[in-house]
Amino acid sequence: MKVLFHIGRYFLLLRETFSRPEKRRLYWQRTLEEMDLLGVQSLGIVALLSFFMGAVITIQTKTNIDSPLIQGWVVGFAARQSTILEFSPTIISLILAGKVGSNIAAEIGSMRVKEQIDALDIMGVNSAGFLILPKILGTMLFNPFLVMISMFLSVFGGYIAGVGTGIVSSVDYLQGIQMNFNSYHVTYALIKTVVFAFIIATVSAYQGYYTVGGTREVGISSTKAVVYSNVVILIVNYALTQLLLI
Amino acid sequence: MIEVVGVGKRFGSTQVLTDINAVFQRGKVNQIIGKSGSGKSVLAKCIVGLHKPEEGKVLYEGRSFHDMDRDEKRQVRQEIGMLFQGSALFDSLSVLENVMFPMKMFASMSKSEMEDRAHTCLKRVNIVDKDKLFPAELSGGMQKRVGIARAIAMDPKYLFCDEPNSGLDPQTSIVIDDLIKEITDEFQTTTIVITHDMNSVMETGENIVFIHKGRKWWQGSREELLVSSNTELNEFIFASALMRQVKKAMGL
Repeated sequence: MKVLFHIGRYFLLLRETFSRPEKRRLYWQRTLEEMDLLGVQSLGIVALLSFFMGAVITIQTKTNIDSPLIQGWVVGFAARQSTILEFSPTIISLILAGKVGSNIAAEIGSMRVKEQIDALDIMGVNSAGFLILPKILGTMLFNPFLVMISMFLSVFGGYIAGVGTGIVSSVDYLQGIQMNFNSYHVTYALIKTVVFAFIIATVSAYQGYYTVGGTREVGISSTKAVVYSNVVILIVNYALTQLLLI
Repeated sequence: MIEVVGVGKRFGSTQVLTDINAVFQRGKVNQIIGKSGSGKSVLAKCIVGLHKPEEGKVLYEGRSFHDMDRDEKRQVRQEIGMLFQGSALFDSLSVLENVMFPMKMFASMSKSEMEDRAHTCLKRVNIVDKDKLFPAELSGGMQKRVGIARAIAMDPKYLFCDEPNSGLDPQTSIVIDDLIKEITDEFQTTTIVITHDMNSVMETGENIVFIHKGRKWWQGSREELLVSSNTELNEFIFASALMRQVKKAMGL
Protein backbone atom coordinates (compact mmCIF):
# COMPACT_ATOMS: atom_id res chain seq x y z
CA MET A 1 0.00 0.00 0.00
CA LYS A 2 2.81 2.40 0.89
CA VAL A 3 4.45 1.78 -2.50
CA LEU A 4 1.17 2.61 -4.26
CA PHE A 5 0.87 5.78 -2.18
CA HIS A 6 4.34 6.91 -3.26
CA ILE A 7 3.74 6.02 -6.91
CA GLY A 8 0.46 7.96 -6.87
CA ARG A 9 2.04 10.96 -5.19
CA TYR A 10 4.98 10.82 -7.62
CA PHE A 11 2.62 11.11 -10.60
CA LEU A 12 0.64 13.91 -8.93
CA LEU A 13 3.90 15.78 -8.41
CA LEU A 14 4.76 15.26 -12.09
CA ARG A 15 1.38 16.69 -13.08
CA GLU A 16 2.06 19.73 -10.93
CA THR A 17 5.59 20.00 -12.33
CA PHE A 18 4.43 20.07 -15.94
CA SER A 19 1.60 22.57 -15.40
CA ARG A 20 1.79 26.00 -17.04
CA PRO A 21 4.89 27.96 -15.95
CA GLU A 22 4.43 31.51 -14.64
CA LYS A 23 7.21 33.06 -16.72
CA ARG A 24 8.75 30.93 -19.46
CA ARG A 25 11.83 33.15 -19.75
CA LEU A 26 12.63 32.66 -16.09
CA TYR A 27 12.22 28.88 -16.38
CA TRP A 28 14.51 28.78 -19.39
CA GLN A 29 17.11 30.83 -17.52
CA ARG A 30 16.91 28.38 -14.62
CA THR A 31 17.22 25.45 -17.06
CA LEU A 32 20.52 26.87 -18.33
CA GLU A 33 21.74 27.26 -14.74
CA GLU A 34 20.78 23.66 -13.98
CA MET A 35 22.57 22.46 -17.14
CA ASP A 36 25.70 24.09 -15.78
CA LEU A 37 25.28 22.84 -12.21
CA LEU A 38 24.12 19.31 -12.97
CA GLY A 39 25.75 18.74 -16.36
CA VAL A 40 28.83 20.84 -17.01
CA GLN A 41 30.08 20.34 -13.47
CA SER A 42 29.81 16.56 -13.91
CA LEU A 43 32.13 16.59 -16.94
CA GLY A 44 35.29 15.97 -14.91
CA ILE A 45 34.09 12.84 -13.12
CA VAL A 46 32.47 11.47 -16.31
CA ALA A 47 35.69 12.03 -18.31
CA LEU A 48 37.90 10.43 -15.67
CA LEU A 49 35.69 7.38 -15.21
CA SER A 50 35.14 6.87 -18.93
CA PHE A 51 38.82 7.05 -19.83
CA PHE A 52 39.90 4.53 -17.21
CA MET A 53 36.90 2.26 -17.70
CA GLY A 54 37.70 2.08 -21.43
CA ALA A 55 41.31 1.24 -20.58
CA VAL A 56 40.24 -1.54 -18.19
CA ILE A 57 37.70 -2.99 -20.66
CA THR A 58 40.41 -3.22 -23.33
CA ILE A 59 42.99 -4.88 -21.07
CA GLN A 60 40.48 -7.32 -19.62
CA THR A 61 39.05 -8.22 -23.03
CA LYS A 62 42.53 -8.92 -24.37
CA THR A 63 43.64 -11.00 -21.38
CA ASN A 64 40.40 -13.04 -21.43
CA ILE A 65 40.33 -13.86 -25.14
CA ASP A 66 44.03 -14.32 -25.75
CA SER A 67 43.80 -17.05 -28.37
CA PRO A 68 45.47 -17.38 -31.79
CA LEU A 69 42.04 -18.19 -33.26
CA ILE A 70 40.62 -14.77 -32.33
CA GLN A 71 41.63 -11.89 -34.55
CA GLY A 72 43.28 -8.75 -33.15
CA TRP A 73 40.46 -6.36 -34.06
CA VAL A 74 38.05 -8.13 -31.64
CA VAL A 75 39.48 -6.20 -28.69
CA GLY A 76 38.59 -2.83 -30.21
CA PHE A 77 35.23 -4.17 -31.33
CA ALA A 78 34.37 -5.44 -27.82
CA ALA A 79 35.54 -2.21 -26.20
CA ARG A 80 33.36 -0.17 -28.56
CA GLN A 81 30.29 -2.36 -28.17
CA SER A 82 30.39 -2.57 -24.36
CA THR A 83 30.99 1.18 -24.17
CA ILE A 84 28.17 2.22 -26.49
CA LEU A 85 25.59 -0.34 -25.45
CA GLU A 86 26.03 -0.44 -21.72
CA PHE A 87 28.92 1.33 -20.08
CA SER A 88 28.34 4.91 -21.23
CA PRO A 89 24.53 5.11 -21.06
CA THR A 90 23.89 2.92 -18.02
CA ILE A 91 26.96 3.00 -15.78
CA ILE A 92 27.46 6.73 -16.29
CA SER A 93 23.76 7.27 -15.53
CA LEU A 94 24.12 5.25 -12.32
CA ILE A 95 27.09 7.38 -11.36
CA LEU A 96 25.18 10.56 -12.21
CA ALA A 97 22.30 9.29 -10.07
CA GLY A 98 24.77 9.39 -7.19
CA LYS A 99 26.22 12.79 -7.95
CA VAL A 100 23.31 14.68 -9.50
CA GLY A 101 20.49 12.81 -7.71
CA SER A 102 21.85 13.48 -4.25
CA ASN A 103 22.44 17.11 -5.20
CA ILE A 104 18.83 17.53 -6.36
CA ALA A 105 17.32 15.80 -3.31
CA ALA A 106 19.54 17.71 -0.87
CA GLU A 107 18.84 21.09 -2.48
CA ILE A 108 15.06 20.66 -2.66
CA GLY A 109 14.95 18.91 0.73
CA SER A 110 16.83 21.79 2.39
CA MET A 111 14.44 24.26 0.80
CA ARG A 112 11.53 22.25 2.18
CA VAL A 113 12.80 22.13 5.77
CA LYS A 114 13.78 25.82 5.69
CA GLU A 115 10.20 26.69 4.58
CA GLN A 116 11.46 28.15 1.29
CA ILE A 117 9.06 25.93 -0.67
CA ASP A 118 6.19 27.16 1.54
CA ALA A 119 7.34 30.71 0.77
CA LEU A 120 7.12 29.99 -2.98
CA ASP A 121 3.66 28.43 -2.58
CA ILE A 122 2.36 31.37 -0.57
CA MET A 123 3.65 33.82 -3.17
CA GLY A 124 1.53 31.93 -5.70
CA VAL A 125 4.50 30.34 -7.47
CA ASN A 126 4.04 26.75 -8.67
CA SER A 127 6.90 25.48 -6.51
CA ALA A 128 7.04 22.02 -8.10
CA GLY A 129 7.25 23.47 -11.60
CA PHE A 130 9.67 26.21 -10.67
CA LEU A 131 12.09 23.94 -8.82
CA ILE A 132 11.79 20.62 -10.62
CA LEU A 133 11.04 21.32 -14.28
CA PRO A 134 14.34 23.14 -14.99
CA LYS A 135 16.22 20.22 -13.39
CA ILE A 136 14.37 17.71 -15.56
CA LEU A 137 15.02 19.73 -18.72
CA GLY A 138 18.61 20.45 -17.73
CA THR A 139 19.51 16.79 -17.21
CA MET A 140 17.51 15.50 -20.19
CA LEU A 141 19.14 18.02 -22.51
CA PHE A 142 22.69 17.77 -21.20
CA ASN A 143 23.16 14.10 -20.21
CA PRO A 144 23.20 12.90 -23.85
CA PHE A 145 26.22 15.18 -24.42
CA LEU A 146 27.90 13.75 -21.34
CA VAL A 147 27.28 10.23 -22.60
CA MET A 148 28.62 11.00 -26.07
CA ILE A 149 31.75 12.47 -24.52
CA SER A 150 31.95 9.37 -22.33
CA MET A 151 31.71 7.08 -25.39
CA PHE A 152 34.54 8.90 -27.12
CA LEU A 153 36.80 9.00 -24.05
CA SER A 154 36.16 5.37 -23.16
CA VAL A 155 37.12 4.17 -26.63
CA PHE A 156 40.09 6.55 -26.57
CA GLY A 157 41.14 5.26 -23.14
CA GLY A 158 41.01 1.73 -24.53
CA TYR A 159 43.25 2.79 -27.39
CA ILE A 160 45.83 4.41 -25.12
CA ALA A 161 45.88 1.42 -22.75
CA GLY A 162 45.87 -1.23 -25.50
CA VAL A 163 48.41 0.36 -27.80
CA GLY A 164 50.45 1.90 -24.98
CA THR A 165 50.99 -1.46 -23.27
CA GLY A 166 51.49 -3.21 -26.58
CA ILE A 167 48.72 -5.80 -26.09
CA VAL A 168 46.96 -4.67 -29.25
CA SER A 169 48.24 -2.89 -32.34
CA SER A 170 46.96 0.51 -33.37
CA VAL A 171 45.76 -0.85 -36.71
CA ASP A 172 43.84 -3.74 -35.08
CA TYR A 173 42.20 -1.49 -32.49
CA LEU A 174 41.13 1.12 -35.05
CA GLN A 175 39.84 -1.63 -37.34
CA GLY A 176 37.89 -3.11 -34.39
CA ILE A 177 36.15 0.08 -33.40
CA GLN A 178 34.97 0.56 -37.01
CA MET A 179 33.94 -3.06 -37.57
CA ASN A 180 30.20 -3.64 -38.25
CA PHE A 181 29.29 -0.27 -36.80
CA ASN A 182 25.55 0.08 -36.32
CA SER A 183 24.50 3.68 -35.77
CA TYR A 184 21.22 2.51 -34.22
CA HIS A 185 23.21 1.41 -31.18
CA VAL A 186 24.15 5.04 -30.54
CA THR A 187 20.49 6.04 -30.92
CA TYR A 188 19.55 3.27 -28.49
CA ALA A 189 22.15 4.52 -25.99
CA LEU A 190 20.93 8.10 -26.26
CA ILE A 191 17.28 7.09 -25.82
CA LYS A 192 18.29 5.23 -22.66
CA THR A 193 20.28 8.22 -21.44
CA VAL A 194 17.35 10.61 -21.85
CA VAL A 195 14.99 8.22 -20.02
CA PHE A 196 17.53 7.70 -17.23
CA ALA A 197 18.02 11.46 -16.92
CA PHE A 198 14.28 11.87 -16.45
CA ILE A 199 14.32 9.15 -13.77
CA ILE A 200 17.28 10.69 -11.92
CA ALA A 201 15.75 14.18 -11.87
CA THR A 202 12.18 13.20 -10.98
CA VAL A 203 12.85 10.44 -8.43
CA SER A 204 15.41 12.61 -6.63
CA ALA A 205 13.20 15.69 -6.75
CA TYR A 206 10.31 13.64 -5.35
CA GLN A 207 12.45 12.54 -2.41
CA GLY A 208 13.56 16.11 -1.72
CA TYR A 209 10.17 17.73 -2.22
CA TYR A 210 8.44 15.58 0.38
CA THR A 211 11.18 15.76 3.02
CA VAL A 212 9.71 16.18 6.49
CA GLY A 213 11.86 17.14 9.47
CA GLY A 214 15.35 18.61 9.63
CA THR A 215 18.89 18.14 8.39
CA ARG A 216 18.97 14.42 9.29
CA GLU A 217 15.90 13.82 7.12
CA VAL A 218 17.50 15.79 4.25
CA GLY A 219 20.39 13.31 4.44
CA ILE A 220 17.97 10.37 4.43
CA SER A 221 16.13 11.81 1.42
CA SER A 222 19.43 12.21 -0.38
CA THR A 223 20.36 8.58 0.23
CA LYS A 224 16.90 7.37 -0.79
CA ALA A 225 17.13 9.46 -3.98
CA VAL A 226 20.32 7.65 -5.03
CA VAL A 227 19.10 4.17 -4.08
CA TYR A 228 15.65 4.47 -5.69
CA SER A 229 17.01 6.16 -8.83
CA ASN A 230 19.51 3.30 -9.25
CA VAL A 231 16.85 0.63 -8.73
CA VAL A 232 14.45 2.27 -11.20
CA ILE A 233 17.26 2.79 -13.75
CA LEU A 234 18.24 -0.90 -13.59
CA ILE A 235 14.64 -2.08 -14.06
CA VAL A 236 13.95 0.38 -16.88
CA ASN A 237 17.31 -0.52 -18.49
CA TYR A 238 16.16 -4.11 -18.75
CA ALA A 239 12.77 -3.09 -20.16
CA LEU A 240 14.28 -0.68 -22.71
CA THR A 241 16.89 -3.21 -23.83
CA GLN A 242 14.18 -5.79 -24.49
CA LEU A 243 12.01 -3.21 -26.18
CA LEU A 244 14.62 -1.53 -28.37
CA LEU A 245 17.15 -4.24 -29.17
CA ILE A 246 15.19 -7.46 -29.59
CA MET B 1 -10.68 41.14 6.09
CA ILE B 2 -10.19 37.43 6.67
CA GLU B 3 -12.82 35.26 8.31
CA VAL B 4 -12.30 31.77 9.64
CA VAL B 5 -15.59 29.88 9.84
CA GLY B 6 -15.84 26.58 11.71
CA VAL B 7 -12.38 25.40 10.69
CA GLY B 8 -11.36 21.91 11.76
CA LYS B 9 -8.15 20.09 10.83
CA ARG B 10 -7.06 16.50 11.42
CA PHE B 11 -3.74 14.75 10.80
CA GLY B 12 -4.59 11.07 10.59
CA SER B 13 -6.60 10.34 13.71
CA THR B 14 -5.32 13.40 15.60
CA GLN B 15 -7.75 16.31 15.71
CA VAL B 16 -5.51 19.40 15.73
CA LEU B 17 -8.11 22.15 15.25
CA THR B 18 -11.80 22.06 16.18
CA ASP B 19 -14.47 24.51 15.09
CA ILE B 20 -12.37 27.67 14.97
CA ASN B 21 -14.29 30.87 14.25
CA ALA B 22 -12.48 34.20 14.08
CA VAL B 23 -12.43 37.50 12.21
CA PHE B 24 -9.15 39.23 11.35
CA GLN B 25 -9.61 42.90 10.60
CA ARG B 26 -8.02 45.15 8.01
CA GLY B 27 -5.54 47.76 9.20
CA LYS B 28 -5.02 45.99 12.51
CA VAL B 29 -2.35 43.75 13.92
CA ASN B 30 -4.32 40.58 14.61
CA GLN B 31 -2.52 38.03 16.74
CA ILE B 32 -2.95 34.32 17.18
CA ILE B 33 -1.44 33.33 20.50
CA GLY B 34 -1.15 30.07 22.39
CA LYS B 35 1.26 27.55 23.85
CA SER B 36 3.59 25.50 21.65
CA GLY B 37 1.58 22.66 20.14
CA SER B 38 -1.76 24.41 20.65
CA GLY B 39 -2.44 24.47 16.91
CA LYS B 40 -1.80 28.14 16.10
CA SER B 41 0.72 27.44 13.32
CA VAL B 42 -1.63 24.85 11.80
CA LEU B 43 -4.40 27.45 11.88
CA ALA B 44 -2.14 29.94 10.13
CA LYS B 45 -1.23 27.34 7.50
CA CYS B 46 -4.94 26.65 6.95
CA ILE B 47 -5.55 30.38 6.49
CA VAL B 48 -2.77 30.82 3.90
CA GLY B 49 -3.82 27.63 2.11
CA LEU B 50 -0.81 25.43 2.89
CA HIS B 51 -3.17 23.03 4.70
CA LYS B 52 -6.68 22.23 3.57
CA PRO B 53 -9.08 22.09 6.52
CA GLU B 54 -11.41 19.09 6.71
CA GLU B 55 -14.21 21.27 8.08
CA GLY B 56 -15.11 24.92 7.67
CA LYS B 57 -14.01 27.75 5.42
CA VAL B 58 -11.48 30.55 5.22
CA LEU B 59 -12.98 33.64 3.61
CA TYR B 60 -10.89 36.35 1.96
CA GLU B 61 -13.16 39.39 1.60
CA GLY B 62 -16.10 36.97 1.72
CA ARG B 63 -14.71 34.52 -0.89
CA SER B 64 -13.95 30.99 0.27
CA PHE B 65 -10.27 30.32 -0.45
CA HIS B 66 -10.51 26.54 -0.60
CA ASP B 67 -13.43 26.68 -3.06
CA MET B 68 -11.52 28.89 -5.50
CA ASP B 69 -10.02 27.45 -8.69
CA ARG B 70 -6.25 27.31 -9.19
CA ASP B 71 -5.98 30.73 -10.90
CA GLU B 72 -8.14 32.49 -8.31
CA LYS B 73 -6.05 30.97 -5.50
CA ARG B 74 -2.89 32.10 -7.25
CA GLN B 75 -4.31 35.62 -7.51
CA VAL B 76 -5.15 35.74 -3.79
CA ARG B 77 -1.72 34.37 -2.93
CA GLN B 78 -0.09 37.19 -4.86
CA GLU B 79 -1.85 39.53 -2.44
CA ILE B 80 -0.31 37.74 0.55
CA GLY B 81 3.04 38.64 2.08
CA MET B 82 4.47 36.25 4.63
CA LEU B 83 7.32 36.51 7.08
CA PHE B 84 8.45 33.05 8.18
CA GLN B 85 9.86 32.01 11.53
CA GLY B 86 13.22 31.24 9.92
CA SER B 87 12.80 34.07 7.35
CA ALA B 88 12.80 31.51 4.48
CA LEU B 89 15.01 33.70 2.30
CA PHE B 90 16.40 31.92 -0.75
CA ASP B 91 19.99 30.96 0.10
CA SER B 92 21.30 31.21 -3.44
CA LEU B 93 19.93 34.71 -4.03
CA SER B 94 21.39 37.97 -2.75
CA VAL B 95 19.40 40.36 -0.54
CA LEU B 96 18.32 42.43 -3.54
CA GLU B 97 17.42 39.35 -5.61
CA ASN B 98 15.36 37.95 -2.73
CA VAL B 99 13.27 41.12 -2.55
CA MET B 100 12.98 41.31 -6.34
CA PHE B 101 11.93 37.65 -6.63
CA PRO B 102 8.11 38.08 -6.34
CA MET B 103 8.28 40.98 -8.82
CA LYS B 104 10.31 38.89 -11.28
CA MET B 105 7.69 36.14 -11.06
CA PHE B 106 4.55 38.22 -11.34
CA ALA B 107 5.09 41.90 -12.11
CA SER B 108 5.41 43.38 -15.57
CA MET B 109 8.20 45.77 -14.68
CA SER B 110 11.58 46.55 -16.18
CA LYS B 111 14.68 45.47 -14.27
CA SER B 112 15.43 49.02 -13.15
CA GLU B 113 11.85 49.48 -11.92
CA MET B 114 12.13 46.25 -9.94
CA GLU B 115 15.43 47.36 -8.46
CA ASP B 116 13.95 50.73 -7.48
CA ARG B 117 10.97 49.06 -5.81
CA ALA B 118 13.24 46.56 -4.00
CA HIS B 119 15.44 49.41 -2.76
CA THR B 120 12.36 51.28 -1.49
CA CYS B 121 11.23 48.17 0.44
CA LEU B 122 14.71 47.57 1.84
CA LYS B 123 15.00 51.21 2.88
CA ARG B 124 11.60 50.90 4.57
CA VAL B 125 13.02 48.16 6.83
CA ASN B 126 16.30 50.05 7.34
CA ILE B 127 18.48 47.77 5.25
CA VAL B 128 20.83 49.90 3.20
CA ASP B 129 23.97 48.95 1.22
CA LYS B 130 23.46 45.23 1.77
CA ASP B 131 22.19 44.44 -1.75
CA LYS B 132 24.91 42.01 -2.69
CA LEU B 133 25.08 40.09 0.59
CA PHE B 134 23.61 36.59 0.83
CA PRO B 135 21.21 35.52 3.63
CA ALA B 136 23.95 33.49 5.36
CA GLU B 137 25.97 36.70 5.75
CA LEU B 138 23.18 38.52 7.65
CA SER B 139 22.24 38.45 11.34
CA GLY B 140 18.90 36.93 12.40
CA GLY B 141 17.32 40.36 12.83
CA MET B 142 18.51 41.51 9.41
CA GLN B 143 17.18 38.33 7.82
CA LYS B 144 13.79 39.05 9.38
CA ARG B 145 13.86 42.60 8.05
CA VAL B 146 14.76 41.41 4.54
CA GLY B 147 11.92 38.87 4.92
CA ILE B 148 9.55 41.76 5.68
CA ALA B 149 10.90 43.72 2.70
CA ARG B 150 10.20 40.72 0.44
CA ALA B 151 6.75 40.30 1.98
CA ILE B 152 5.76 43.91 1.21
CA ALA B 153 7.40 44.02 -2.23
CA MET B 154 4.12 43.34 -4.05
CA ASP B 155 2.00 45.71 -1.90
CA PRO B 156 0.18 42.89 -0.13
CA LYS B 157 -3.36 43.16 1.19
CA TYR B 158 -2.62 40.47 3.76
CA LEU B 159 0.52 40.15 5.86
CA PHE B 160 1.29 36.97 7.84
CA CYS B 161 4.10 36.78 10.35
CA ASP B 162 4.95 33.41 11.88
CA GLU B 163 6.70 33.95 15.21
CA PRO B 164 8.57 37.04 14.00
CA ASN B 165 10.51 37.41 17.26
CA SER B 166 11.75 33.88 17.72
CA GLY B 167 15.52 33.74 18.12
CA LEU B 168 15.88 37.52 18.39
CA ASP B 169 17.16 39.59 21.31
CA PRO B 170 14.57 41.81 23.09
CA GLN B 171 15.80 45.01 21.43
CA THR B 172 15.65 43.60 17.89
CA SER B 173 12.25 42.07 18.73
CA ILE B 174 10.90 45.52 19.48
CA VAL B 175 12.29 46.84 16.16
CA ILE B 176 10.54 44.02 14.28
CA ASP B 177 7.27 44.53 16.20
CA ASP B 178 7.32 48.26 15.50
CA LEU B 179 8.02 47.60 11.85
CA ILE B 180 5.06 45.23 11.55
CA LYS B 181 2.80 47.77 13.26
CA GLU B 182 4.02 50.64 11.06
CA ILE B 183 3.60 48.63 7.86
CA THR B 184 0.09 47.59 8.91
CA ASP B 185 -0.88 51.22 9.49
CA GLU B 186 0.84 52.48 6.36
CA PHE B 187 -0.42 49.87 3.90
CA GLN B 188 -3.68 49.09 5.74
CA THR B 189 -2.95 45.37 5.49
CA THR B 190 -4.87 42.65 7.27
CA THR B 191 -1.96 41.51 9.43
CA ILE B 192 -1.93 38.21 11.29
CA VAL B 193 0.94 37.53 13.68
CA ILE B 194 1.43 34.09 15.21
CA THR B 195 3.29 34.45 18.46
CA HIS B 196 3.72 33.29 22.03
CA ASP B 197 5.83 36.30 22.94
CA MET B 198 3.87 38.32 25.51
CA ASN B 199 6.03 41.43 24.99
CA SER B 200 4.99 41.43 21.36
CA VAL B 201 1.34 40.88 22.32
CA MET B 202 1.39 43.85 24.69
CA GLU B 203 3.33 46.00 22.21
CA THR B 204 1.31 45.50 19.04
CA GLY B 205 -1.68 43.17 19.57
CA GLU B 206 -4.97 44.84 18.66
CA ASN B 207 -7.19 41.84 18.04
CA ILE B 208 -5.98 38.74 19.87
CA VAL B 209 -7.15 35.18 19.36
CA PHE B 210 -6.07 32.67 22.02
CA ILE B 211 -5.88 29.06 20.83
CA HIS B 212 -5.87 26.31 23.43
CA LYS B 213 -5.96 22.57 22.71
CA GLY B 214 -6.92 23.23 19.10
CA ARG B 215 -9.92 25.40 19.99
CA LYS B 216 -10.48 29.13 20.04
CA TRP B 217 -10.52 29.77 23.76
CA TRP B 218 -10.73 33.54 23.84
CA GLN B 219 -10.71 36.62 21.57
CA GLY B 220 -10.34 40.29 22.46
CA SER B 221 -8.05 43.33 22.71
CA ARG B 222 -4.84 43.57 24.74
CA GLU B 223 -6.64 45.70 27.35
CA GLU B 224 -9.26 42.98 27.77
CA LEU B 225 -6.51 40.37 27.86
CA LEU B 226 -5.13 41.62 31.18
CA VAL B 227 -8.47 41.63 32.97
CA SER B 228 -9.85 38.42 31.51
CA SER B 229 -11.07 35.80 33.97
CA ASN B 230 -10.36 32.96 31.55
CA THR B 231 -8.26 30.51 33.57
CA GLU B 232 -6.29 28.97 30.70
CA LEU B 233 -5.58 32.40 29.21
CA ASN B 234 -4.37 33.69 32.56
CA GLU B 235 -2.13 30.65 32.98
CA PHE B 236 -0.64 31.41 29.57
CA ILE B 237 -0.14 35.16 29.87
CA PHE B 238 1.01 35.24 33.47
CA ALA B 239 3.47 32.37 33.06
CA SER B 240 6.29 34.92 32.69
CA ALA B 241 7.67 36.76 35.73
CA LEU B 242 7.46 40.05 33.84
CA MET B 243 3.75 39.69 33.20
CA ARG B 244 3.16 38.74 36.87
CA GLN B 245 4.91 41.97 37.87
CA VAL B 246 2.75 43.93 35.43
CA LYS B 247 -0.31 42.31 36.95
CA LYS B 248 0.86 43.16 40.46
CA ALA B 249 1.72 46.74 39.52
CA MET B 250 -1.70 47.21 37.96
CA GLY B 251 -3.35 45.80 41.07
CA LEU B 252 -5.15 43.08 39.11
